[in-house]
Amino acid sequence: MQLLEAQNVTKVFGSGLLGKGRMVAVDGISLAINEEKPTITAIAGESGSGKTTLARLLLGVIQPTTGSILFRGQTLSQMNRHERKEFRRQVQAIFQDPFEVYNPFYKVDQVLTTPVRKFRLAASREEAQQLIEESLRQAGLRPEETLGRYPHQLSGGQRQRIMVARALLLNPKIILADEPVSMVDASLRATILESLMKLKRELGISLVYITHDLTTAYQISENIYILYRGSVVEVGSVEKVIKDPQHPYTRLLVSSIPLPDPDIRWGSEVDIEKKAISASAAGAGLHGCKFANRCPFVMAECHVEAPPLYKTDDDRAVACYLHKQAEPISGREMALSLAG
Amino acid sequence: MTITAQTHVVNGKSIPAPEKVLEVKNLRVSYQTPRGPVRAVSGVSFFLTAGEKFGLVGESGSGKTTTALSLMRLIQAPAVIEGGEVLLGGKNLLALSEEEMREARSADIALIPQGAMNSLNPMMKVGEQLRDTVRAHINTESRSALGARILEVLDSVDLRSDVMEAYPHELSGGMKQRVCIAMGILLSPKVIIADEPTSALDVVVQRQVMETLGRVQQALGAAVLLVGHDMGLMAQFVDRVGVMYGGKLVEIGPVRDIFKEPLHPYTQLLIGSLPNLRTKEIFKGIPGLTPSLLTPPPGCMFHPRCPKALPHCAVEIPDLQEIRPGRWVSCHLYNGSNS
Repeated sequence: MQLLEAQNVTKVFGSGLLGKGRMVAVDGISLAINEEKPTITAIAGESGSGKTTLARLLLGVIQPTTGSILFRGQTLSQMNRHERKEFRRQVQAIFQDPFEVYNPFYKVDQVLTTPVRKFRLAASREEAQQLIEESLRQAGLRPEETLGRYPHQLSGGQRQRIMVARALLLNPKIILADEPVSMVDASLRATILESLMKLKRELGISLVYITHDLTTAYQISENIYILYRGSVVEVGSVEKVIKDPQHPYTRLLVSSIPLPDPDIRWGSEVDIEKKAISASAAGAGLHGCKFANRCPFVMAECHVEAPPLYKTDDDRAVACYLHKQAEPISGREMALSLAG
Repeated sequence: MTITAQTHVVNGKSIPAPEKVLEVKNLRVSYQTPRGPVRAVSGVSFFLTAGEKFGLVGESGSGKTTTALSLMRLIQAPAVIEGGEVLLGGKNLLALSEEEMREARSADIALIPQGAMNSLNPMMKVGEQLRDTVRAHINTESRSALGARILEVLDSVDLRSDVMEAYPHELSGGMKQRVCIAMGILLSPKVIIADEPTSALDVVVQRQVMETLGRVQQALGAAVLLVGHDMGLMAQFVDRVGVMYGGKLVEIGPVRDIFKEPLHPYTQLLIGSLPNLRTKEIFKGIPGLTPSLLTPPPGCMFHPRCPKALPHCAVEIPDLQEIRPGRWVSCHLYNGSNS
């Protein structure tokens, strides 16, 4: 059974009578996470790709304009109060900024005791304390060094790990992490990612890792969705997508990663780069592939209609006419086949 | 502290040291707080040679930005420069009068600040802001010469001349960052300090902006001090790296040596914590926390987290020593290895 599923979801912001100022943030995306098979799935893209909007849709914070989000086969918008509470417990979130989520006037204990109280996780104070300490340890923190402190007395990495601990308290099935390490230092980044991977390994919790950083996405996830201006341009196993990218946009992204190795220089996708620089500010047309204006391989048909996904491997599909000899596949089918 | 470079190592070969354009000697900066002074920078020494790209890396709180801003004398109370020298073309910038320093900024040493794109004035057209920068320094320049110089600089950062008529909000992040680079190089400075110049940009744009910066730097023959925490960017861009920890430089060396054969245990752990695309192995963080600069540990700042710490490390502060030509390290493990 699919634990969490996005079925052809679109989110349009703004309205305006003549459709002016309409912004399609998420444009027909499908995604699936299997309940029986815990996985780490990366959603990667740059600013404006719609990755955070997709995360908010998956969390039920905002409603899709069309399409639906399903939790265990049930549409979020049709859930009753009880079901919704269960959803809120099973699907947890960790956000980018470990500074913003805390009230500076309260001790950090508050972010941990609130869910215990709201979801009645413990019968007594002692039990609550035990539960909190246990979840802190799972997140790699020492309770005695963490509890009773104010947010400013802790480092960014500690604060972020408290958010991991808070998510763990509820024993969720899945955690959505939106850029959980983009604001912490390199030495702590590794520690936090390691604790997220442990959740999957040891507790069977699935993770949706939303990031702009393809290196860490490669390190921790099995499957990856590459987003460009609201659409999935390439999806599949990280081995295929990152090691052998097929979509011109993915190739540009991968070759632009500054690798921490002076012997592996910035890739040589020179043609792509030249194109990109002249058109990066220009908007795409209303029809066709959104990347067409920046694409060095652009063909006439790219401007006519947006390409469907083509299944170029068993575990990868690319939305690009360069691969039209492969069999087309719907986003939903591809998502389900990846989720298994 | 012994900074005596007679030789400079390039691709493993020793060649006579090029001219030092900027030399920082024993810079000390602290923040005055009610609980006592916080030593943000305690005794930092390094130099930049002409045309070189030097990276100053460190995690938050390591003192890298404070160091960069102090070179320009742009830090404000409660921060105080307590001592040291910043030598640029024979002048000690720290000893200049406020007016002399104002003249040196932009003309001799320019800053592309952190989040530079937000440093543009939102109410003023880009062209006007560029003209202001020049006017503040050169009053005899004719209008046409001024305009020509601005166009030349815009062209060198791959911007079309029509951005002159644009307000900052009409430009993309990458374009704003290019405007800031243009502003930085207008007066052909000898040294460009770039403090995390691309931290808010996407990777594709980041790469384009950094390549532009590299190109204009080369054309000018200026030295660049790139300040940041992104080791990947350092590996791709700079020639030499200085690693900061707890307000001190712990290691300086050519970029390849720093990544392939780091000497200081902190650098070793830092390099080891970086993810790459070759292996999917579990990477390791550095255990423990960065030191409090208000109550720093005795001896070496890193000893409480150091897996190789000796008893001696908790007692004596190690000096930054050149243990091999071009390689400086501040660690007791290497005591006696310099001949």
